Amino acid sequence: MTTALVGMTAQELTSIVLNKEELFILDVRNDSDFNDWKIEGESVTSVNIPYFDLLEGVDEALGSIPEGKKVLVVCAKEGSSKFVGEQLVEAGLNEVYYLEGGMKSWSEHLEPVKIGDLKDGGSIYQFVRIGKGCLSYMIVSNGEAAIVDTLRMSDVYEKFAAEHQLQIKYTIDTHLHADHISGGRKLADKVGATYWLPPKDADEVVFQYDKLEEGQVLTVGSTKLNIQAVYSPGHTIGSTSLIVDDQYFLTGDILFIESIGRPDLAGKAEDWVGDLRNTLYNRYKELSDDLIVLPAHFGKITELGEGGKVSARLGDLYYSNPGLNMHDEAEFRRAVTGNLPQQPNAYQEIRQTNMGKITPSDEEQREMEIGPNRCAIHDK
Amino acid sequence: METNITVDTKGMACPMPIVKAKKALDGLQSGQIMEVLSTDKGSVNDFQAWVKQTKHELIKHEEENGVYKFYVRKI
Repeated sequence: MTTALVGMTAQELTSIVLNKEELFILDVRNDSDFNDWKIEGESVTSVNIPYFDLLEGVDEALGSIPEGKKVLVVCAKEGSSKFVGEQLVEAGLNEVYYLEGGMKSWSEHLEPVKIGDLKDGGSIYQFVRIGKGCLSYMIVSNGEAAIVDTLRMSDVYEKFAAEHQLQIKYTIDTHLHADHISGGRKLADKVGATYWLPPKDADEVVFQYDKLEEGQVLTVGSTKLNIQAVYSPGHTIGSTSLIVDDQYFLTGDILFIESIGRPDLAGKAEDWVGDLRNTLYNRYKELSDDLIVLPAHFGKITELGEGGKVSARLGDLYYSNPGLNMHDEAEFRRAVTGNLPQQPNAYQEIRQTNMGKITPSDEEQREMEIGPNRCAIHDK
Repeated sequence: METNITVDTKGMACPMPIVKAKKALDGLQSGQIMEVLSTDKGSVNDFQAWVKQTKHELIKHEEENGVYKFYVRKI
C-alpha cells in the first residue's frame, strides 16, 4: 500500500500488461487524444476524464474509480497526471501512480522478448514497442547481430548489443516505413554496420545504402546463419521479407497475425493491390507452412502471446487470418483499397524523414510518431 | 484585437497553461476577452476542448514563431 503519489515507468507498466495484472487507468488527456490512442491490456480498464474537468476537485474521478484497485493516472507527458494524482492521494486514495513521461514514454518503450533459438546456438529477439504496436528484431549469432526494422530509439539496441557483447553488423529495413522513423541508418552509421533497404523503395532516398534484393543472403556469425531475402511487394513496391535460419519468416508490413498490410500509404493503393494479392496468395504459399511468421507490427493487444511474443505459424495463418481468406479477388481488392483506417499520424513527413529528405529535431520526430501504427487494413 | 487580460504561460507545461487561464477567466466579466500565450504544442488540443467544455467562446487561435495565442470571450 502506498499513500503518496508514486511514479510508474513505462517498463513497469509493460510488465503489468504482459503479466495481466489488474490495473485501473485514469487517462486525463482530452477526449480526442484518448479516443485516437490509449493504453490497452487485457487486465486494464480505463476511463477518460480530461484534467481540465478536474481543476476544481476530483470528485468526478473518485466516483469512477473502483475501490481497492491500483490506479494509474496518465497524460501526454506527465505534468497533468501528477496534478490529478496528487489530488487523488489527498482525497485519501491508496495506491495511486502516475505514468512517468506520460504517453510519450509509453510510445517509446521497447521490450526485448526472446523468440527462440537458432540452429547454430544463436537466438532471435523481438523488440516489442508495446505502446505503438511496432515490432523489430535482433538476430544474434556468435558475437554478431543483425537488426531488422530498427526503431528510432536506436540506443536500446546498442545497449542490448553491448550487454550481450555483440557487434552489430547489419541494420535492415524490410521497406520504407510510413508509421515510424527508422533508426536503421543512424545506428549503422554509429556502430559501423551496413544499412540495407529494398532499392525499389529507395528511388528518392538521398543517402548511401546497401541494396536488399531477392535472393540476397546475409550471414551473421561465423557459422553462416542465413538471412534470405524474398521480394514480396504490396504494402510498398519494394517490400521484402526475410527468412532467417530457414525457420523464421520476417514479413515486415505485408502479413500480420490478424490482418494484412495496407497498400495505400505511398498513395498507390490501386497500383499495388495486385502485388499484395500475388505476394499473399501465391508467393508466400510456395513457402513452408512451418515458418514462424514475425511481423513488423501488431494491431491489437490480444495478438501478444506468452511473455509478449507476437508470432504464428504461417500454415496456421492461412486458416485464421481474414486477410488470407478472401478468395474472391474483387472482394480482396475492395477490402484493401476501400474503407481503410485513417492513416498513421504524419505519415508523409515520416516517409520523407526515412528518405533523408527532411531532418526534424528529436522532439519533432517524437511528435510525428504519436499515435498507433495503423499499418494493417483491419486497424481501427 | 482588444483584450481585457493577457495570460502569459510561455515555457509552462501542462496543466499550468489551463490552470492559469481558468483563474484569469474566473476574474473576468461576461463579454470580456482573454488572450492566452503558450509555447506548449500539446496544449492546443486541450485548450480547444476546455473552452468548448466550459461553453465560453474561442474567438480564434493562431501560431506565431512557436507561440500559440488563444482568444477567449467569457460568456
